[in-house]
Amino acid sequence: MIPIALTVNGVGHEAEVEPRTLLVDFLRDDLGLTGTKIGCDTSVCGACTIHVDGQAVKSCTLLAVQADGTEVTTIEGLAPEGELHPLQTAFWERHALQCGFCTPGMIMTAVELLGTNGVALTDPEIRRGLEGNICRCTGYQHIVEAVHEAAVR
Amino acid sequence: MTTQLEEQTTNVVGARMKRVEDPRMITGAAKYIDDLKLTGMAHVAVLRSPYAHARIRGIDTSRAEAHPDVIDVFTGKDFEHLNPLPCAWQAGGVENFVATPRTLEIDRVTFTGAGVAAVVAETRAAAEDALSLIDVDWEPLDVIIDPERAVEEGAPQLHEAAARNIVMDWHCGDAGATEQALAEADAVVEERLVNQRLQPTPVDVRGAVGQYDPGTGEYTVWMTSQCPHIMRLLMTAFVLGIPETKLRCISPQVGGAFGTKIFLYPEYVLVAALAEKTGRPVKWIETRSENYVATTHGRDHVTHLKVGASRDGTITALDAKTYANLGGILSTIAPGIPTTLYGRMLSGAYRIPNIHCQVLGVYTNTGMVDAYRGAGRPEATYVVERAVDLVARELDLDPVEVRRRNFIPPDAFPYDPVGILAGLKYDTGDYEKALKRALDMVGYDDFRNEQESARAEGRYPGIGLSTYVEICGAAPSAWIGAVGQGWGASMWESANVRVHLTGKVVVTTGTLSHGQGHETTVTQIVASELGVPMEDVTVELGDTLGTPFGYGTYASRSAAVGAVAVYNALQRIRQKARRVAAHMLEVDPDDVEFEDGRAYVKGSPATAKTIQEIAGAAALAYDLPPGEEPFLDDTFYYDPPSCTFPFGTHIAVVEVDAETGEVTLQRYVAVDDVGRVINPLIVDGQVQGGIVQGVAQALWEGAVYDENGQLLTSSMMEYPVPKADFVPVIELDRTVTPTDVNPLGVKGAGETGTIASTPAVVNAVMDALAPLGIKNVDMPLTPERVWRAMEAARS
Repeated sequence: MIPIALTVNGVGHEAEVEPRTLLVDFLRDDLGLTGTKIGCDTSVCGACTIHVDGQAVKSCTLLAVQADGTEVTTIEGLAPEGELHPLQTAFWERHALQCGFCTPGMIMTAVELLGTNGVALTDPEIRRGLEGNICRCTGYQHIVEAVHEAAVR
Repeated sequence: MTTQLEEQTTNVVGARMKRVEDPRMITGAAKYIDDLKLTGMAHVAVLRSPYAHARIRGIDTSRAEAHPDVIDVFTGKDFEHLNPLPCAWQAGGVENFVATPRTLEIDRVTFTGAGVAAVVAETRAAAEDALSLIDVDWEPLDVIIDPERAVEEGAPQLHEAAARNIVMDWHCGDAGATEQALAEADAVVEERLVNQRLQPTPVDVRGAVGQYDPGTGEYTVWMTSQCPHIMRLLMTAFVLGIPETKLRCISPQVGGAFGTKIFLYPEYVLVAALAEKTGRPVKWIETRSENYVATTHGRDHVTHLKVGASRDGTITALDAKTYANLGGILSTIAPGIPTTLYGRMLSGAYRIPNIHCQVLGVYTNTGMVDAYRGAGRPEATYVVERAVDLVARELDLDPVEVRRRNFIPPDAFPYDPVGILAGLKYDTGDYEKALKRALDMVGYDDFRNEQESARAEGRYPGIGLSTYVEICGAAPSAWIGAVGQGWGASMWESANVRVHLTGKVVVTTGTLSHGQGHETTVTQIVASELGVPMEDVTVELGDTLGTPFGYGTYASRSAAVGAVAVYNALQRIRQKARRVAAHMLEVDPDDVEFEDGRAYVKGSPATAKTIQEIAGAAALAYDLPPGEEPFLDDTFYYDPPSCTFPFGTHIAVVEVDAETGEVTLQRYVAVDDVGRVINPLIVDGQVQGGIVQGVAQALWEGAVYDENGQLLTSSMMEYPVPKADFVPVIELDRTVTPTDVNPLGVKGAGETGTIASTPAVVNAVMDALAPLGIKNVDMPLTPERVWRAMEAARS
């Protein structure tokens, strides 16, 4: 077992993990942050996307030990308690989710994609920017609209 | 983007409302199956067959049992006392040679991925580790994966009872008349059409959590099911042999399913049995690779098509002989899909006087095949819409002209497609209206002109149509019972509406939302009918405990059947509210109006009692009309008098790269008519998502088995589910032709996109390739396949 210390959604955590423990499993099983999903086991679907030190990463592709010393944000920590991030609001208003399973990962990717200059993004740029996240329900159109809308806000 | 025709309404029904269920999903708070954690919960992993066809000589679990974190290991022999899973919908009117899965297979497997042993361990990782410590003595057998070859003499036999691997040999229509009409036709087109096997790929895989209470002898199983009531019935009455009151099935938040979560799978029985055997709650969650091998696939038809037509393009006969590959063993409703939902829909939107269809359901050493979004209707629509284009090509007519010549006209409804629907009739339709709208949107005539000049430059642009019709709102119980459609069930739906003392409304219904937004749609209907605020309505789905039996969500039935049950229950609530209000107002009930949540004496709105006041009075029951029961509570079991038939026109515009064969989808126009629309925002989403799934079949997706029955597309690395940058903006519109089958006028909108889009895209690509004389290329139309066809045509 390996000791790690990291900050998740602003809260410090110290834990001992097996070397093989994936970051996504640590977040879900050890910390109970089940908003981050597992969809493919092969780093394709992006349902497990979170932010590590401000960058969007697929948390099934990192070991928990690699997150030692980092600051992690998950969907649960994206907005202050009781509030919504502009992308969460836009996803809701534009009906950018159906079953909702891919949604946390999709939103975390979109947050990074928008960054500081999202307004300038074209439709093809948004579509390319989301290609690491698979949604089987929506056909993506409302997701792209939601990202545009959040950018404008 | 939509809908000048849509009815303008101030009512909440028909309004573009954002969904009430979304806040928990966008914040990560929604609890899907893998998010459940019970005290003392252990974890299950299933050992699956690496062979597509093999005998099990023996299984040695001792090494796995010695693993320090393993609680116990089980094989099929531990569950010999449990019945095989039922095949609940067999092909009607013919013998079905049925072989279904067991909880764990005991002595033989017929597809790669069949479960043969299970480990229960303290952690999921330990359970999966221990799988590699189980030693199975396998005897591999000969494998057959091709359904056309599987029925030949000498092919490896999968199941003793099914000679030549035939599950069933089913017909509909008039073989003799069709043969004669083909003989007399001016032109006959023949083609072999392949509707390839698809892997449905919900991002949320399947899973189950089982718990057993030895004190009461009751099981609870949380499961990724679209129809928990049916699961309880099948598991208790058919497999476990216990009263259904001893099992509670719960669907938590269920992710995309697309049909795959309709069926009873072995693992749902397994977790119940393991919870009892180990005395621990247990959880099993699929890996993605398990989802690909052990969850059902869709489609997989090979059809030999013959179409007869007169010189002017009038279709006179259609004959289809279809091999439906049902896999190595039968899923819950596998034989019903390629028969009732496929063969009976082969008239499409056309008045075809002679139709015959033969379907051979076939066992092969491949994964189970069952309903996948559209379920039979995409396969039928593919055959019919490709047939129309093949006729147009043969006779050198415009595909639009051939469609118009053969459309069922608006005055012909209700329309009986020469008896192949076994007594059902198409309800309402105006196919020309949707066609015209779509042609205007796409600019059809302009495209044809531009195409001509592009072709002169050596380019390959193409346009393709799909003027589909489909069937939803299944189904009238009398039809199911009378004509031997083979269902082991009816398909009505239930709804219970309760208005509590506080005026808050709780609705339970048997449908199960897994992305369709039922909580919102039902809330809209309640708010509209009772005049309560949306936030005062709670919709409860997915728990069999204490709720009326219901048949679940699939076949686009939740609006056309489920929502109608809710609506009808609300009408009886309104009637009772009027009676109670009349008593409160000391007038005759006939003198009371009820609207917008207020009951008042006709002509005197100021006298109004609100629904909240009425509900309070009904609940307290201090002073009710004589003989009136307390409480506003009603349960309605709605049995639809007929089915509904959505329709529309989809048009795809493509360009094929002359050098590489790559197809670019440039535009996609869809005009659907799903009857009245309860929430246009939700319907848009359903249609868009469905279209992308159907386009994916045309261009990218397909399961690939090698000759040994190994699934080569067994992870998302190999199976090309579309990504955001694969598709253009989809241009939507609607026409509104309400159904007369139900009081809401709704037809169903969950599958039209998938049903319509696949042939539209293929027709477009064949149109692009017409200058090369290419009439058919089998899907998926990958650059390699198209390039090969182009090369062959050029040489």
